[in-house]
Amino acid sequence: MALTLTKGNEAIAEGAIHAGCRFYFGYPITPQNDIPEYLAREMPKIGGTFIQAESEIASINMVLGAAAAGARVMTSSSGPGVSLMQEGISYLAGSELPALVVYISRIGPGLGGIAPTQGDYKQVTSGGGHGDYYTIVLAPASVQEMFSLTIKAFELADKYRNPALLLCDAILGQMKEPVEIGPRPDFKDISLPDKPWALNGNAGRKSNLIKSLYLGDGEMEVQNWMLFDKYNKMKQEDTYFETTDVDDAELLVVAFGSCSRMAQTGIDMAREQGMKVGMLRPISLFPFPEKAVAELSARIPKVLVVEMNTGQMYKDVKVNLDRAADIHLYARPGGGLPTPDDVLEEIKKIY
Amino acid sequence: MSENITPATGPKKIMGRPKCLNDVTFHFCPGCNHGNVHKMIGEAIDEYGIQDRTIGVAGVGCGVFLYNYVDVDVLEAPHGRACAEATGINRVHPDKIIFTYQGDGDLAAIGLAETVHTANRGENITVIFVNNTVYGMTGGQMAPTTLLGQKSTTSPYGREFMGDGYPIKMCEMLATLEGTAFVARVACDTPKNLMTAKKAIKKAFKMQIDQMGFSFVEILSTCPTNWGMTPQQAYKRVAAEMIPYFPLGIFKERTTADYM
Ligand SMILES: Cc1ncc(C[n+]2csc(CCOP(=O)(O)OP(=O)(O)O)c2C)c(N)n1
Repeated sequence: MALTLTKGNEAIAEGAIHAGCRFYFGYPITPQNDIPEYLAREMPKIGGTFIQAESEIASINMVLGAAAAGARVMTSSSGPGVSLMQEGISYLAGSELPALVVYISRIGPGLGGIAPTQGDYKQVTSGGGHGDYYTIVLAPASVQEMFSLTIKAFELADKYRNPALLLCDAILGQMKEPVEIGPRPDFKDISLPDKPWALNGNAGRKSNLIKSLYLGDGEMEVQNWMLFDKYNKMKQEDTYFETTDVDDAELLVVAFGSCSRMAQTGIDMAREQGMKVGMLRPISLFPFPEKAVAELSARIPKVLVVEMNTGQMYKDVKVNLDRAADIHLYARPGGGLPTPDDVLEEIKKIY
Repeated sequence: MSENITPATGPKKIMGRPKCLNDVTFHFCPGCNHGNVHKMIGEAIDEYGIQDRTIGVAGVGCGVFLYNYVDVDVLEAPHGRACAEATGINRVHPDKIIFTYQGDGDLAAIGLAETVHTANRGENITVIFVNNTVYGMTGGQMAPTTLLGQKSTTSPYGREFMGDGYPIKMCEMLATLEGTAFVARVACDTPKNLMTAKKAIKKAFKMQIDQMGFSFVEILSTCPTNWGMTPQQAYKRVAAEMIPYFPLGIFKERTTADYM
C-alpha cells in the first residue's frame, strides 16, 4: 500500500473517520487544532457532524449526549481544555458511556506553554476527574500508531462502555511521517456494535435510562465494584506494550510515546558501543503493563525510566518492579527534550 | 338504525394521569410545582403522540428524577450541562423530540453558557426551565433568580444588588438571540395560569415538531420548603413578588423556520 506523508494530528482525524466516528465536538487549543480543522473540512463531506462548541465543558457534554444517543463520538484538546473536561469524563465513566478524548499534551501547569510534555501522565492514568474510576489510555509513539490506535481506542471504548483517551504530545501531533492509510471505508461497511442501551426513543421497548446518580443504600458500592471488575478485565484482556532487544538485555529502558523514540535512538547508540540495553514501551498506559514490568525486571536487574516529566510513570514502574531490581529515573520536564545523547549518557552512568 | 345508548351513571372522568407518566407518587414537597410541570409535559407528549420518539434530559436539581415519572428515554446530565447533552443527542437523532428539564441554578448559573449557546445555535430542542428562585435540592441557597431582598441560606440578610447582582431574566435575555424560536414565561399559581402554562409547553413541543428551532418555557414555580412558607403563602408570593419582576407572556414566537 502506498505511504503518504501525514501529520500526526491529521492521522488521528483520519483514523477517526476510518473508525466510523461521525460526530466531533471540540474547542480550539494549540497544539491540536489540526484535528478540529481537518474534521471541520471532512465531516460535512461524509455526512458527519462537526460542532465548534463554546468551551471544552460544552464539548465533552455534547460528546456525552451523542454517546448516550448511541453514536461513535470524539473530542480532542490539550492541558487546560482537558482539565475542563474532567467532570464530563467522570460522568462518562459513571454513566458507562463510550467515547474518545484525544489529548495532545502541552506543557503545564496553568497556561504553561505549547511545548511537548508527558506531564499529563498521572492526570490521565488516575482517572482525572472525581471518583474511583479509570479511563482506557493509549499512547502512540508514531504517526502510524496515531492512526491505528485511534481506531483501537474507539473499539475498546465500545467494548467496555468506558471513555478512552489517546495521549500524545505536541511533537507527535506536529510531526510528519510516512504512513499507510488505506482508502476510506464506506460507513455502511464499518462494523459498529449494537447499543441496545442507547437513547433513541422507547418504540417497541421499555424506556432506557442513562445516569450516574445512585442514592439507594449501598447502590454506589455495588456500582464501584462493578467498575472495578471492568478495569480488571481490561488489565487481563487489553494491556498493550512493545519490547525491543530484551532477550539479552542487562539494562531495561522504560519509556512511552515520543520519548520512547528518543530513548530508542539512545539505546541503539549504546548497543553500538557494546552495551546490552533493551526497551519496554507501554502502549496502554491504563491498563499499565504491570506484569511485563515485573517479569522483565526479574530478569533484567537494572531499569531506567525515561520520561518528559519529573517522574510520573516512574511510580507505576516502581510498584511493579522485581524486588531485586534497581530503578533509575531520567526525567526531563516538558519543554526540554531529552536527546538520544542524553539517554546514552544516563545509560553509561548506570550500566 | 337503532343503538343501545347506556346513560352514564357514575361521575364522568374528565382528566387523569397522562399515559406517559408512570403510576407512581411524586416525591416532591407539598406545594411544589415540579409535579404539575411533569404532568403538563406528559400531557403534551401524549397529545402529540410522541412518547416513543421523545428523549428527556434531566438537569441536576429537584427535577433530576424525571425518569421516575415520565416514561420516555432519559439522560441524566451533569449539573448545568443539559443543553449540551441535548445538542449531542439532537445531532445524532434529529428526528427525535428532545427536551431538557432544568432548575434556575442549573440553567441560569452553572449552565448559563451552555443555555445561551445552545439557544444561539437554534438547536431544535425544547427547554423546560423551572424557576423557583432558590437552589431547592441543596437546601435553599441563593440562585441567579433570587429576588432582591429575598432571604436564602446564603443570602441570610436578603439579596442585595451590591455584591449579589440582580436576578437574571432568562426569557428577556434569550429572546434577543436570533436562534430562539419560542420564548415564554408562565406561572402555576392559579388555574388560569396553569392552563396558559400548559398551552405554552404544548406550543414549545409543537415548535420542535415543526423544526422551528430552540423553544424555551420558563415556569415560575414555588418552593414552600425553602421559602419557609405554607403552600398557600407560596402561591401568593408568586403573584405578589415574582410575576411583577418576571412578567408573564410570550417574548418571542417565530412563524417561519430558519431553513425557510
Ligand atoms: C458541579 C456541581 N456543582 C454543584 C452541585 C450541587 N447541586 C446539586 S443541585 C444544585 C442546585 C439545584 O438548584 P436548581 O437548579 O435551582 O434546581 P431545584 O433543585 O431548585 O429544582 C446544586 C448546586 C452539583 N451537583 N454539581
